[in-house]
Order: sequence, then structure tokens, then C-alpha cells
Amino acid sequence: MSCELSRSTVHGYLDGELDAVRAAEFERHLEQCPECVTALETQESLRSSLRRAQLYEKAPALLRQKVIAAISPAPPIPISTARRTGSLTIQRTVAAQMLAVAAVLLLLLYAGLRFLPGVGEKNNQPALAAQIVDAHLRSLEPGHLTDVLSTDQHTVKPWFDGKLDFAPPVQDFSSDGFPLAGGRLDVVGGRTVAALVYGRRKHFINIFIWPANGADSSPRAGSQQGIHWVTWQKGGMAFWAVSDVAPTDLDELQRLLSR
Amino acid sequence: MNQSADEKSAGAPEAPEALNAQETERFNALVLPHLDSAFNLAKWLLRHRSDAEDVAQEAMLRAYRFFRTFHGGDARAWLLQIVRNTCFTWMEKNRPPEPVAEFNEELHLPNSITPEALAIAGNNRERLTRALETLPPRSREVLVLRELEECSYKEISAITSMPIGTVMSALSRARHQLQLALVNPAREEAAREL
Repeated sequence: MSCELSRSTVHGYLDGELDAVRAAEFERHLEQCPECVTALETQESLRSSLRRAQLYEKAPALLRQKVIAAISPAPPIPISTARRTGSLTIQRTVAAQMLAVAAVLLLLLYAGLRFLPGVGEKNNQPALAAQIVDAHLRSLEPGHLTDVLSTDQHTVKPWFDGKLDFAPPVQDFSSDGFPLAGGRLDVVGGRTVAALVYGRRKHFINIFIWPANGADSSPRAGSQQGIHWVTWQKGGMAFWAVSDVAPTDLDELQRLLSR
Repeated sequence: MNQSADEKSAGAPEAPEALNAQETERFNALVLPHLDSAFNLAKWLLRHRSDAEDVAQEAMLRAYRFFRTFHGGDARAWLLQIVRNTCFTWMEKNRPPEPVAEFNEELHLPNSITPEALAIAGNNRERLTRALETLPPRSREVLVLRELEECSYKEISAITSMPIGTVMSALSRARHQLQLALVNPAREEAAREL
């Protein structure tokens, strides 16, 4: 009742791990050891049960996306890629690891933009729109979307204090389907601006805000490279809403922000 | 597997510099395709989906950061070694220790348990899953590597740092435990209640 081999060699045989000589020896042993025959049958039955049950757990698609987003290289990426990573929820941990990369990008960007015309000037709206779209795409790179990651307007608003010479209005519109995702500083046209990030289903909307002279203006919209924007001026602030969501969604958020 | 990131280096807190584009491409080609394996092992070791997602992600990023310690060879085994080390470290931190000697090694299967009876019990996927989940983590590990990942003994040895000569007996023990859990689920559940 206790053949040693039934607890050891049977497994090596089953797993195809015996060399040819030992396998042949064991086969001869099987001819005269019913215990090992039963053990082998039992193990084969167990194995086929495991195979049939299809217990293999494949990685969820979201995990794959998160991992790819976290390891994709930082330099400028094609729009198609930027938009794909834009639909991800970027995790805090990933954000932390990418902070260094984001900082370098911001520096490069800052250096590059110092030579571009200021944002307050008239008649440069097409150029400004291009910069806004670029800033939006850049923000979708891993770890670059938010510096303060919070859905709480009372956390995001004080975060800007002392970092800007103006106080951007910060409101959460979760109940209207635009949850606040966080905020960050960005640079547009050579000046530091506030960027608020709102979620819209699985997409993000950037709202760039900076002080502006002149009267309130009604919204104007446009699109570039499949990215839509709406800009308006209200209460001495210029607003740019930009995203790959449907233009009607942007209009809706524009109305909420202008209330 | 002396080229593998060992437990110590894989657990080091400081992150080496990021990979360049060429290295990232190589990582994407060699390691990323084994994400399913990484998740599968993490899921069976940790038993909870969300924990497995977190830990598999952590392990992938760790593999990315330590990719320069990979000098060729079996990328899946290299990755799975990091995954299992990350899992066991995570369990130590986040879970009460699981009883080590919860099975009597000398316990023989009741004579009434025929291969046929085992096949009937094994046909129930849920029962099989539960039985596998009641095993000690190190038994689950070798079974998942062998039966689901279809690793060779050599690969199992590389992943688990178990001497190759003991892989067979570890598998023998794990399969014995699985059979017991499978034909006698009530006993295992009662044991877990205590």
C-alpha cells in the first residue's frame, strides 16, 4: 500500500520530466505495481479536470492599459496614442513615478514657450488654440494630468493659493456628469495658467484659466486634430475648455462654468 | 537564473533611471507579452481580483525599473519571479499569516476515492477553484505554475528559488492536498472556520 514511487516518480513521469532511461524504467515498474497505476490515473484525471475548468485568469484590459501608460516613453507622442492614454484613469502611484518626467517636460516646454507671443495679444487666436490643444495632449501623458489629485473643490482651490497671482474658480460638477478630477499648473503662451481637469465618462476635459482684460464674451468654439475647444471670457478671466469629448459636452460644461 | 532580479534588488525602494526608448521597446517586446501570466499568478496567489490587479501592476513596473538586470534568457520566468516575490511581500504586509502546516502530509486519501469520484468532483469548476484556494500559498504557486502556466521543473525552480530536486516533491504534495480539498470540501471549510 505504500510504493515510494507513487508519491514521487509518478509526478515526474506525468510531467514529462524523467529522462528516457528513467521513464522506461518506470513504465516497466507500472506493469507490476497497481498502486502506481492508480496514482497515475488519479493524477491524469486531476490534470484533465484542471484543464477543463479553464482556470487561467487573463489580465483585465484596464490593467494592460495602465501598465502601458505607465511605461510609455515621455517625449511627444502621436495624437492617436495621446488620445488612447487619455481615456485612462491614471493612478496616483503611476503619477508619482512619472512626476520627474513631467517636470522635465514642463521645463522644456517653458523654455520653448518663452519665445512665443504672449497670450493676452489680440489676433493670435489660431496660434493660441494650437497651444491649448498641445497643452491638452501633453496633459494626457502619464502622470502629467494633475498635480493635485482630488475630486474635492475645497482641496483643489486652496492648492492654487500662492502658486498663482490669481484665484481660478474651482467647482465640482459631479451631479451634472462632470466630476472634478484635480488641477495643475500649466504654461500657455509663456505664462503660468491654472488647469482644472474634469472627467466626462472615460475622457478628460482640461479647463485653462488665466486673468484677462476686457468684457465678458460669449463662447467661441473650434477644433483641431480631432480635439475640440470652447473659449470665453467671464469676470476678468479667460477660459479655454478643451477635450476629445463631443462638442455638445464641452458646451454643457461651458454653461455650467458660466453660471 | 543568476541573471534574475533577486528578491533583494526587486524590493529595493530606490528607482534606477528610466529606460531609454530602445530599452523600453525591448521591454515591450520581451516582458509585456507575459502580463497575462503575471496577472494569473498574482490572482491565484492573492485570490482577490483587485489585489491581484494592484500587485501585478506593481510587479510590472518593478520589472520595468529593473529591466537592466535582465540579461536575456527566459523573460517569463524572470517576470514571474518578480511577481511572486511582490505577491509574497504584499501578503506579509497585508494579510495575517496563513497556517503553514494545515495539512497532514501522511494523510492518505480514503480508499473510497477513486479516480472516477475525483473526476466527478473535479468537473465542478467552482468546487475546483475553492479547493485550489484553500491550499497553502506555496502549494497553490507550484500548481498554478505547472498546470496553468505549464512551466517546466527548471522554470518553476527559477521562479520560486526552490532547488530543482525538490520541485517534484513539492508538486506531489500540492496535488495530494488538492485531491483532499476536492473530495472533502466540508472538512476544509470547517478547518477554515476555526
